[in-house]
Formats: sequence, C-alpha cells, structure tokens
Amino acid sequence: MTPFWTEGDPIADTAAPDGPIETRWERRKFTAKLVNPANRRKLTVIVVGTGLAGGSAAATLAEAGYRVRSYCYQDSPRRAHSIAAQGGINAAKNYRNDGDSVYRLFYDTVKGGDFRARESNVYRLAEVSANIIDQCVAQGVPFAREYGGLLDNRSFGGTQVSRTFYARGQTGQQLLLGAYQAMERQIALGNIAMFARHEMLELVVVDGRARGIVVRDLVTGEISTDMADAVVLASGGYGNVFFLSTNAKGCNVTATWRAHRKGALFANPCYTQIHPTCIPQSGEHQSKLTLMSESLRNDGRVWVPRAAGDNRPAGEIPENERDYYLERIYPSFGNLVPRDIASRAAKNVCDEGRGVGPGGLGVYLDFADAIERLGRDAVEAKYGNLFEMYQRITGEDPYAEPMRIYPAVHYTMGGLWVDYDLQSTIPGLFVVGEANFSDHGANRLGASALMQGLADGYFVLPNTLGNYLANGPYEPVDAGHPEVVAARAQVEDRIARLLAVDGDRTVDSFHRELGHIMWEYCGMERTSEGLVKAIGLIRGLREEFWQRVKVPGTGAELNQNLEKAGRVADFFELGELMCIDALHRAESAGGHFRAESQTPDGEALRHDDEFSYVAAWEFGETPTLHREDLTFEYVHPTQRSYK
Amino acid sequence: MDLKLRVWRQKGAGDKGRMVTYQVTGISPDASFLEMLDVLNEKLILDGDDPIAFDHDCREGICGMCGMMINGVAHGPERATTTCQLHMRHFADGDTIDIEPWRAAAFPVVKDLVVDRSAFDRVIQAGGYITAPTGAAPDAHATPVPKADADAAFEAATCIGCGACVAACPNGSSMLFTAAKVAHLGLLPQGQPERGTRVVEMIEAQDAEGFGGCTNAGECTAVCPKGIPLSLIGRLNADYRANLLA
Amino acid sequence: MNTTARPKAPGAKVPKRRSRTRSTVALKLLMAVTGLLLVAFLFAHMAGNLKIFVGAESFDHYAHWLRDLGTPLLPETWFLWIQRLGLLAAVAGHIAAATILARRARRARPVRYAHRPRVQGSYAARTMRWGGVIVVLFVIYHILDLTTGHLNPIGDKQHPYANVVADFAPERWYVTLFYVVAVVAVGLHLRHGLWSAARTLGQRTVAGERLVKAAALVLSVVLVAGYLSVPFAVTTGLVK
Repeated sequence: MTPFWTEGDPIADTAAPDGPIETRWERRKFTAKLVNPANRRKLTVIVVGTGLAGGSAAATLAEAGYRVRSYCYQDSPRRAHSIAAQGGINAAKNYRNDGDSVYRLFYDTVKGGDFRARESNVYRLAEVSANIIDQCVAQGVPFAREYGGLLDNRSFGGTQVSRTFYARGQTGQQLLLGAYQAMERQIALGNIAMFARHEMLELVVVDGRARGIVVRDLVTGEISTDMADAVVLASGGYGNVFFLSTNAKGCNVTATWRAHRKGALFANPCYTQIHPTCIPQSGEHQSKLTLMSESLRNDGRVWVPRAAGDNRPAGEIPENERDYYLERIYPSFGNLVPRDIASRAAKNVCDEGRGVGPGGLGVYLDFADAIERLGRDAVEAKYGNLFEMYQRITGEDPYAEPMRIYPAVHYTMGGLWVDYDLQSTIPGLFVVGEANFSDHGANRLGASALMQGLADGYFVLPNTLGNYLANGPYEPVDAGHPEVVAARAQVEDRIARLLAVDGDRTVDSFHRELGHIMWEYCGMERTSEGLVKAIGLIRGLREEFWQRVKVPGTGAELNQNLEKAGRVADFFELGELMCIDALHRAESAGGHFRAESQTPDGEALRHDDEFSYVAAWEFGETPTLHREDLTFEYVHPTQRSYK
Repeated sequence: MDLKLRVWRQKGAGDKGRMVTYQVTGISPDASFLEMLDVLNEKLILDGDDPIAFDHDCREGICGMCGMMINGVAHGPERATTTCQLHMRHFADGDTIDIEPWRAAAFPVVKDLVVDRSAFDRVIQAGGYITAPTGAAPDAHATPVPKADADAAFEAATCIGCGACVAACPNGSSMLFTAAKVAHLGLLPQGQPERGTRVVEMIEAQDAEGFGGCTNAGECTAVCPKGIPLSLIGRLNADYRANLLA
Repeated sequence: MNTTARPKAPGAKVPKRRSRTRSTVALKLLMAVTGLLLVAFLFAHMAGNLKIFVGAESFDHYAHWLRDLGTPLLPETWFLWIQRLGLLAAVAGHIAAATILARRARRARPVRYAHRPRVQGSYAARTMRWGGVIVVLFVIYHILDLTTGHLNPIGDKQHPYANVVADFAPERWYVTLFYVVAVVAVGLHLRHGLWSAARTLGQRTVAGERLVKAAALVLSVVLVAGYLSVPFAVTTGLVK
C-alpha cells in the first residue's frame, strides 16, 4: 500500500519580524512598503466572501483607494454566515479594570489554542482587538450598554476577565451589518464592484502569482474570468464537510480548495471545533444543526440514565438512576469543562448506549434544579430566548422537561497557510478570517472568531497587502492568457462532467454519507485504525460519486444542485486530507483527540517534542507535508487539566 | 404526514409561471418547512423532474435569505418566525399548502420561489450607513449612549432584510425595512451628522426602485420575523418631515 | 488592466429618482395635512347641523350667517367662497395624492398572489380607498341636494330647515339610507385616517399611539353620532 503522505521541506514564516513581541507589528507596518495614494486607483483587488473578514477588508481597501471587486454566493453581502455568531467579540480594553491586557488576551489565546498557534500572530490579534471595538462603535454597531451609557462586558467561555463585548445574542449580525454598510457606501461611491450570487470556482495563477479568479454567475450560469493585482480569499470555514454542522447550507471549501490545488498549502485541516450545546438531530431529514449559547451550562446540569437502553421519559427516571457524568468525572469544573471535553464526554456516554432522544444521540441538560433554586422567572430572564429557540425547533417545553443537547461541528481552526502578512504560499493570494489557519492553533476560544475576522479585514490585511502591491507593478494579464484560458476550461470541463454523469443518487445523499464517515472517524475522537478506514471509505465514495451522482438541469441556469455538486466534490478531497492530517498527528491537541494519546485517566495528551509544528500540506496525488516549527518564547507550554 | 403542495413554478424571469401540485408523503412533524421541501426535491430529482428552486442559507433564522408566501402569509402561520424556523408540526396531516414567491415589482422572480432583492442593497447604498472610515474612530467610550437609545437602536437593527414586509404589504412598500435602518442609525449619536440626508436619500431610492408607499396598514409588522414595530415608520416620517425642505 | 470577459457589476443600475416633494412620504404628508383640514371642517359643519335641534329659526339664521361671514370687510358670500375654494383645494390635493399613491401601489405589485387571506389591519384600513370613493360620491350628491337645491324636493335656499326635513321624510328612506352609509363610511375613513395622519406626521411613542387610537375612535364616533342624529330625528319625527 502506498503511504498516505510524503515528507517535504520545512517552511518558515519569513514575514514576521523578530525581537520584542510587543513591537513586532509596529515594526512590520513601518518596514512594509507603501503604495502612493494616486497609484492605488490603478490597482485592482478581488475579495471573495463578504463575511466579517471579507466585508471589512473590501470596505477598508476601497476606502484606501484601491479598486475592489467583491464576490459572494448569497444574494446580498449582508447574508454571509458571520451573521449567525451569537456570543460576542473579545477585546483587550480592560474597561472592567479586572487585570485584562493585550498580554493576557495573547496569553489566553495561545494557551487556549493548546500551543499550536504562532505567538507573533496571536499577539498582533490581541493588540488590534481594542481598535475593532472603537471602529464598530463609530459605525453604529449597537453593542449592549450599561445605564451610564458605557459599553457592557461579560466573561465568556471560562475566562477570568470580562472582555467580551456583545449585542444581545446577535453580535455577529450587528458586526456584519456594520461591515456591510461600510461596503455599501463604497459600492455607492463606485470603489467596490459587488457581485452577489457569484461563486468562485477556480484561482488563476500566472507566473507563480495569483492574478484572478474564474467565477460562475449563479443566476445565468455564465462563466467569466476576473483579473486583478491581488486576490483575497475570505470564504470562511469548511465545517460543512460533516454535512450536519452549525454552518449555513451554502458554506463550502471550494474557493480555498481550488487555491490549494493551485499550490497554496493547507494547514492543520484536522483541527475542527465541536460545540457541546447544540440541538440534537431529530431524524434523517435533518439539514443542519443549531447551536445554543454555552452559557446554558452555567446553570443546567448534564446527565444521562445510568443504565444503557433506559428509554423511560426523563421525569420517570429517579435521581439515583441518573448519571451526572460531567460532575462525576470532573468534580472541580463539573458542567463547565471546556468545549472539547464536554463534547467528547457526551459522545462517550452515547457510545455506551446511554444517549437519549431519537437515535440515542443526545444527553439531557436539566434546569429543574436551577428553576427550584432561582425560580422560574430568574431562569426565564437569563435564558428565555434560548428556551424559546429550543421550543420552536423541538416542540418541547424546556421548563417542563430537560433539554436534549448533542455536540455539533461549529468552527474549523485549520485553513490555508499564511505568513505574518496573511499571504499564502502563492504570492498575491491573501487569506483572511476563518479561511486561514493563523491564530487559533488547535482550539479557538469563545468570542475570538469575530475578533480575528475583523482584525484581519480592518487592520491587518490593509497594512500588509500594500507591501505586496508596492513591489509591482505586475504585468497586465488579459482573458486570452493561456493560464486564464486553461483555468476557465477546467471549470467548464468540471461542470460538464458533473452534469454528464446523470446517475441515480442525489448530491445530498452523497454529502450525507460523507458526513457520516467524517463524524464517525474524524469527529470528536480519532484513532489510527478508524482514520485509515475512513480514507478508504472516502475514496470509494468519491469514486461512486463521479459514477452515480445525478445533477438535474443544465449549467446555463440557476441550478442549486449543480452548485452543491461542485462543493461536495471538493469536500471529498478535503475530507481525505483531514483524515490524513489527523492520522499523521499522533497526539491529542485542542479539537483533535487521538484515542491513542491520552493520559491514564483519559485526558488529551500533547506531544510537544514531536508535534509542536504547523502541518502545512501541499496538494498532490499523495499530499506532501511541510512543517513549520513553532517556538514559544513568551508562553511556555503546559498540559491542560480540568479535574 | 402526507401533504398536498401547490407551488409556484417559473423557469426564469421571462417565463409566465404557474402553480403546480405535488404530493409529499411521510414527512416528519419535526422537520422544518425547508426540510420538507428538501425531501420533495430529492424525490423530484430521482424522478427526473426539475427540483424547486428556493433561497435559503443559515437555516437558523438570521441570514434573511429564505422566505416564501405560505398559504398567503409571508413566512407562514407562526408569528415572528422565518420560513426555515417553521416546523411541520404546525400543519395537519392531509393539509393543502400553497407556496408562492414574494411578489413585488422591485423583487422580480429569478426562478420558482427565488426573487431578486438587490433593491434592498441599493436602498442601503443611498444612505443606510455611518461614514466612519477604518482607523478614524475615537475610543469607544468617548461618547456614552443612553442605554434606552442603544437598546432601541439594537431592536431596529435586528432587521434581517428578508423582504417579508414588502411581500405582505398591500402596497408593496419597503417602508418598514427603510424605517428600521433610519431608526437604528438615527437613535445613535454617531448617526446624527447624516441623519437628515440619510432619510431623504433612502426614501428617494426606495421610490425609485418601484416600492409602493406606506398606508399604515400594519401587515408588514405582523409578518416580520424580528417583530420590527410599526412605530419606527412614525420616526422615519418625523425625520423626513424635518428634512423635506432642508 | 484588461477587462475582457469580466462580469459586469449588477449594482451599476441607477433607477431614475423623483423630486423629493413627490416622494411617497411627501404625498402622505400632503394627505395628512389636507385630511386634518377636512376633519376640522366636518366638525364645524356638524356643530351647525346640530342647531336643527334648537329650531327652524335658529337653523335658518345660522345658514344665512354663513353667507354674511366676513362682512363688511369682504362683500357678502366672499368668505364663504374662499372657504369653499380652500376646501376644494384640500379635497383635490387629498384625492390626487391618494390616486398617485394607489397607482404606485398597484404598479409595485404587478402580479397578485393566488392565495391571499386577510391577515391583519383593521377593516377601515383596508377600505380607505373604497370608503373614500363613497364619501366623494356622497359629497357631490349632498351639494346638489342641500347647497344648490337641485336634487332637494323643496330646494328653497331661503329655508334650509324645511329642505332638511323634506329630505329625510320617511317615504324618502333611500336618501336617508345613502346618508347613513356615507356618514358611517366617513367614520371608518376617519378612524384609520386620523391615526394614520398622526403616524405620517411623526407619532411614534407607545403612549402617543394609545392616545391617538383612542382619540381617533372617539372623534369618529362623535362625528358619526352628530351627523346621524339629524336624519334620525327627522325620520322619527322628533324634528318636524
């Protein structure tokens, strides 16, 4: 059997300055070349995706004077999935005088990422976090305020300081609308050309530089090419490889995967975050999962029946036949253990046959004690909107019977490899937000995704992109260039192939099956044996896909199944790489738990001597592994413990 | 559950379109309305028919992409609920359900239940923003905002831009959408410098897009999945009156 | 930069804009202001009508006084005509704005829904347009009846009291019926119209909403009762 991967040369981030960490960003900004304002008008930048990272980048680059061409698959840039983020956004403002600082946010993020992120990047993220809040307030983002008129903060995800800014449970929506409005202003001024309902299907690389993209107009089916001086991918994460996730239905990996196939390295694809408090699946019809804020675990108690196969209603199971397993296994943290631990524990009890609800895939989150202790009114004041959401979806009353929850894929820490300038291994291709791998290591802290997306788009990229552009001008490329023609032909050929199969299985049936494989073998707990098996299953399914998939209609119309088919085809390839990455990383770190690497009492065990690196994969028949070694000068690695 | 669906089918902007009847069987009451359509579409594909096109994305009621008239009511019978969050348990076995796209001159049908709502983006382009280029912001605490104003601005800002207000309005008016943005920004101190021009420009843009005028019928707020109140239109009117001749 | 084969930005479409005084909101403002003017007139008119309960002499004297109003500063009936022109302008403005808005509304929804139940909104709100048409038809009849006298069985300009009594005689029940229908239509029109005018003029608070709703209802009921009391009194013989 051929090996799953081959070893390649190590890589390094050469863009980051060294020296004292607190001055690195300042020095990078100073050493970066600048583009004369008069010349910016002559430079075109393509931005793919209009979420927090893409929207803020497009608006800011347009304000700076560049010609921006922005793409999204939704019908409006306002609908990107950043809009669904509930909890909040972290910033080292220390408005609470509780000992927070840039350094503490940096420290918490590196530690939270289980020491698999770059110190330089994380420090910069913490540094610009405060500017984000200023910027958003100036744009009119209606953050929660106190009676004195100043901004309110809360503590989030187990941190000891209150540094999370929020707008009810709709922080992502409000931040995105701020970026969207800034974009619309630039569209009105003619500085951004906006293409909604357009999907990027290929990257154009000319002379080793990213020079454009091939897009499909989702309404007419027309394929066109768009050339620019630089391309920015802000296309989000790839959680939908699991079919069921908290992502929007349209979220996909195609933009980044196409770039990966054209030479951009893909880093740490196996790092996925699985959120413990989601509403469980109700049946085979299920099309997506909905997350509920993990603040529910502050007052709810998690339990399952002691005996396997006990399917009495919750109310009929006496207290001594219940297993409050988190409180039992983790007496000091109890129900408040971190996301990955809570998720894995839920999976374990369900694997033992003690799960509740349809298919035995759920555990109880019980508020009976909280209601007795605090009163129904207090519980309602705190969690009323979440209870309402639960009731709307499940039709069950959480005041009367315990909620059922189950973990769901929620965020992907991996993504295209970028250097300190957010530039991928293809010059001229920049990657921002969830689409890159840069700041969260093996695990992301709560309320940090919004921070990273906006940090990249508002403050980092606009400062580093200029350096690349100032090294130009780059030779103009037109649509007749052989590379452009070839890229376009690749897209047309692929669409023709998808339509030509005309088999007997729907795209969704394949996607669902792929999701089952990924969830089973590359989900919360991974084993060498399981991953090898998964790789075989994925390869077989992919082959079947290209023989049996049925895509109705034509390419010259609005064809939602054709869109899905292209995305699922890329998910097959990504899924395989995720399993290979998970297989090669024989340690447990953050969102990646290898059953072979655990402490005697069943906790995640890192192997810093062997695996303290970023795994950056090069595309090929057999993927090639390039390691970027991580060094920790400021935050020294320790093993987590929540017992 | 077994249901009879009558669905608007229209191949494209140039096609005339018609209602087509479908039978769906074995639907779980726990399925969402869109999942019910997924099930139908899977069957249509395997039968060699054209699946029904409909817009959707987050399926958790926040992106604003989904929306259809269900038995003549925008987003269906449940109040303050988007189509994706409507579940089949609110229907009875054997029901007949009529499904149509949003109908408005400003929202032309793209295909089946998919409409073009880009007019909303152009209304925002006319003034639905605060001019605050990146980097120019003062400290977030430089200007305190009374909690009541911040909360009211937030309530208005929860609009998801789904277009149900237009679909339900007897006049095909987007006044609730525009009023929500005018109120959101007009309630905050940061929004004051552009408050006057904003409302006038946005109303002009909305008229130019071909939306009708408001007659205070209140159908919009009744179907709004976020419960945006009709009173915001009064606020818009006041702002407009104050700046009409300015 | 070569731009061949590039997609064209769909946002480039710039629809034609109207002058701001013809915007939908400006037209609504016009309707609110003219509507309130007409309501004020209706109340003044009602006060005059109620003089019928004082007696024929008082009622006829009031009718003559209307013609003398403004004298000697203005020649006789000039002020009346100024009033009439003012009212006519208000009515014309109100109807013109309503017509333009109705046409725009129709254009805004060129294809109707196949399935459309009535969901929300009061009966009055939904019948503003039809109610308005009934009221206009009635006003034309009413002027020909009791102002010019052409359609009145007596038509004696010097004795309006007699004209009114003759109008609502029990055997002319159909006139009374038309009158009742029209007055009720006015009431419904006002109940929504007053509330709507307040909203158009910028009313937006919860307390204001309650106040305006109550006021609109009370004013409409008072107006309907005031106007209906006259034919009621004549038909039942209270006023002879």
